[in-house]
Amino acid sequence: MSDEKLKSEQLADIDYNPPSKDWMDVKPVIKKGTFNYPAVEASEKYLDLPFSRKWDPRDDDWKLPENWKEIVLKGLKDLLGKYRSFKVFMDICVRCGACADKCHFYLGSGDPKNMPVLRAELLRSVYRNDFTTAGKIFGKLAGARELTEDVIKEWFLYFYQCTECRRCSVFCPYGIDTAEITMMGRELLNKLGLGIDWINTPAANCFRTGNHLGIQPHGFKDSVDFAVDDLLDFTGIRVEAPINKKGAEILFVVPSADYFGDPHYFGFLGYLALFHEIGLDYTFSTFASEGGNFGLFHSAEMMKRLNAKIYAEARRLGVKWIIGGECGHMWRVLHQYMDTINGPADFLEEPVSPITGTKFENAKSTKMVHIAEFTADLIKHNKVKFDRSRNDHWIVTFHDSCNTARGMGILDEPRYIIRSTCNNFYDMPENTIREQTFCCGSGSGIGTDENLEMRLRGGFPRANAVKYVREKHGVNLLTCMCAIDKATLPAVMDFWVPGVELAGVHELVGNALIMKGEKRSGDLRGQPFKGEEVKEHV
Amino acid sequence: MNAFYALFAVILLLLVAWVGVGTVDLYSLFGIIIPYLAFTIFILGFLYRIIKWAISPVPFRIPTTCGQQKSLPWLKSSKLDNPHNAFWTIIRMALEVLTFRSLFRSTRAELREGPKITYGDTKWLWAGGLAFHWAFLIIILRHYRFFVEPVPAFVLYLQSMDGLFQIGLPVLYITDAVIVVAASYLFVRRVFIPQVRYISLFADYFPLFLIGGIAVTGILMRYFTKIDVSAVKELTLGWINFKPAAPEGIGIMFYLHLFLVSVLFAYFPFSKLMHLGGIFLSPARNLANNNRAKRHVNPWNYDVKVHTYEEYEDEFREVMKEADLPVEKE
Repeated sequence: MSDEKLKSEQLADIDYNPPSKDWMDVKPVIKKGTFNYPAVEASEKYLDLPFSRKWDPRDDDWKLPENWKEIVLKGLKDLLGKYRSFKVFMDICVRCGACADKCHFYLGSGDPKNMPVLRAELLRSVYRNDFTTAGKIFGKLAGARELTEDVIKEWFLYFYQCTECRRCSVFCPYGIDTAEITMMGRELLNKLGLGIDWINTPAANCFRTGNHLGIQPHGFKDSVDFAVDDLLDFTGIRVEAPINKKGAEILFVVPSADYFGDPHYFGFLGYLALFHEIGLDYTFSTFASEGGNFGLFHSAEMMKRLNAKIYAEARRLGVKWIIGGECGHMWRVLHQYMDTINGPADFLEEPVSPITGTKFENAKSTKMVHIAEFTADLIKHNKVKFDRSRNDHWIVTFHDSCNTARGMGILDEPRYIIRSTCNNFYDMPENTIREQTFCCGSGSGIGTDENLEMRLRGGFPRANAVKYVREKHGVNLLTCMCAIDKATLPAVMDFWVPGVELAGVHELVGNALIMKGEKRSGDLRGQPFKGEEVKEHV
Repeated sequence: MNAFYALFAVILLLLVAWVGVGTVDLYSLFGIIIPYLAFTIFILGFLYRIIKWAISPVPFRIPTTCGQQKSLPWLKSSKLDNPHNAFWTIIRMALEVLTFRSLFRSTRAELREGPKITYGDTKWLWAGGLAFHWAFLIIILRHYRFFVEPVPAFVLYLQSMDGLFQIGLPVLYITDAVIVVAASYLFVRRVFIPQVRYISLFADYFPLFLIGGIAVTGILMRYFTKIDVSAVKELTLGWINFKPAAPEGIGIMFYLHLFLVSVLFAYFPFSKLMHLGGIFLSPARNLANNNRAKRHVNPWNYDVKVHTYEEYEDEFREVMKEADLPVEKE
């Protein structure tokens, strides 16, 4: 089926029965559509990563460094000493199997090594063999196996078939978080120069230009100017969008796809319109032109290296506090890691909304507020006016992004905003939203074209829930607050449930927002509002 | 295969005790030395494992949030599933440990024609696991009566509650029945659910058989073969007072029971059974989600190579100036 077009009936024909052979005896199969291309050498060199070389996962010989085994075992020892999470998760799993059918990749592929428990066992078996008494004495009987090149290949395959979405962790009686294990696995792989291009090249770009796409400062300005022009076309209003402005009150950091990707861009227009309307004193930064952080998908160290620019730029520009745009993994880093790795942000002030006076107590240390928290507060205080009917051409559902749902818990803010800005909103079934939300299947840096089959499989549970509300309520718009969702879900929707478009929550805001002096006939995509298209023909 | 090995291992253990006590009369070995040794291994091993976990730091605060965060005052936060302070984190942990809330949440996904995935409720594992653990706990507490004289009131109360139905003589303890049924269920699901069988190791079957063996030998000696209970109490009080003496004539069934218990104690610290201690140390559950309100400190946070603004501007100064972007150095 190499070059055949994938068919949904084919992909949905899933066999959940595990093979008869013991999993340790099943060798990894690296086949087209289920793995990601290795990182190009230039990117790895730019980041001073070890053992960058030309290699192909489909070859037998991965050209591992001579002392690869020593590197992995030493790395493993090091990580066990650094992370209690990792150590505890290596030891306490009882293999009850509650996590098995919670993983979107398992549900979409039926491959038992995509059951979170077995994904973790891939690493645990090596841990047992080399770090536990029982494993050393009883070997396979204790669930231990020797570290071989095949094990490394298996890790490469399955730690890049996990999107670090943490859904399994919700159901685990001990909270064992496969994301944590995958992170350690990837960190070890990268020590052998086994990184993938879709992670390491954006990371290198981000390190150099401040954003994953490698957009240079003048390019950033062009994009923003373009957006300002577009907004003028759609609303009749020319907004200000300051860049690198010293002394602004707020630094606004977005994922780079927001000003470069489609449909992210329409939400970006929404931000600009909103900030104009409330008269916010803010600035973008070309240096901190990315809130997303592909370093998280590489290692804790890379995450820190890429994240450092945000506080550095807030300090240089002399802002009081920071707002962050719609993004998933970006917010995992900002919420759970940034203050720890690059704080304390004692040079900033505790965030207070200049419009409503609300103190964002929950962000008083990190000093960074999620745009949905900020906007929900504005709406609650009646500081903005909406005409919901301008979103009547959309029948809306909302996809909670994994990392903001399970690594933060921002569930009701976006729903409040959506309900305030449109008339037709229907949530998907309860086992597929909020903390039980299903991943898009492309997160954590594996949203590549070469990995499409796996992405479609991983996106199947999500798409299936969308299909449910599409059939029941006619949903035609899937909103979300994640740049990766917006970039990758369109392909997943087209495949499983055609006719559903993607949008950021702030696109709905931008559409419904009543601006002083506006002249509007259509939405931020340049489409006519519902009813307007009839009038034109009259 | 792993299940057979595990069963075989437990049978072997029973044989060892049978031969050791029944034919070679090694009462002191099986009645005093091995129990003391096992208990010592348990205590030291348990501590060792806990300390080993504890010395690894918690560099990041990474709770899995399972509900609405505490953010704006008018939005109702889910205190239990997304605790924002130590108090609610303790409640979350307590309910997790005492009632297995995460397992309670479980669903069973099913792929149907369409294709359509449905998520049904499934409470079997939760119910089986909870029954097993609670029965085990109550049985252990009941056994406390062997170690003190007079027997404390709470143990007597527990006994009378456990024997509430007043069936048989001696009275049948509900927990005795429950633990056998629950352990059997846990075994049966391990064997019959293909995915669970696929992931099951020797180390998953062995403790089940071991605990099952302990339960069965315990039941046999209480209800069927009968043993000299006062002699048992003499022995157990002897352990406690460090004047151990192994009286003869207790009955072989007691020694089989005791030996399996000893093996369980000694095996415990080196096995997955350590989830008893580990659950309290799981950073995905035992931390509050107040990351942005209260800074978490990573003890090994080290400086990394970053790209500074100065380096950035040096590379892009010309294009920035052309684009009318402000620069630090002209």
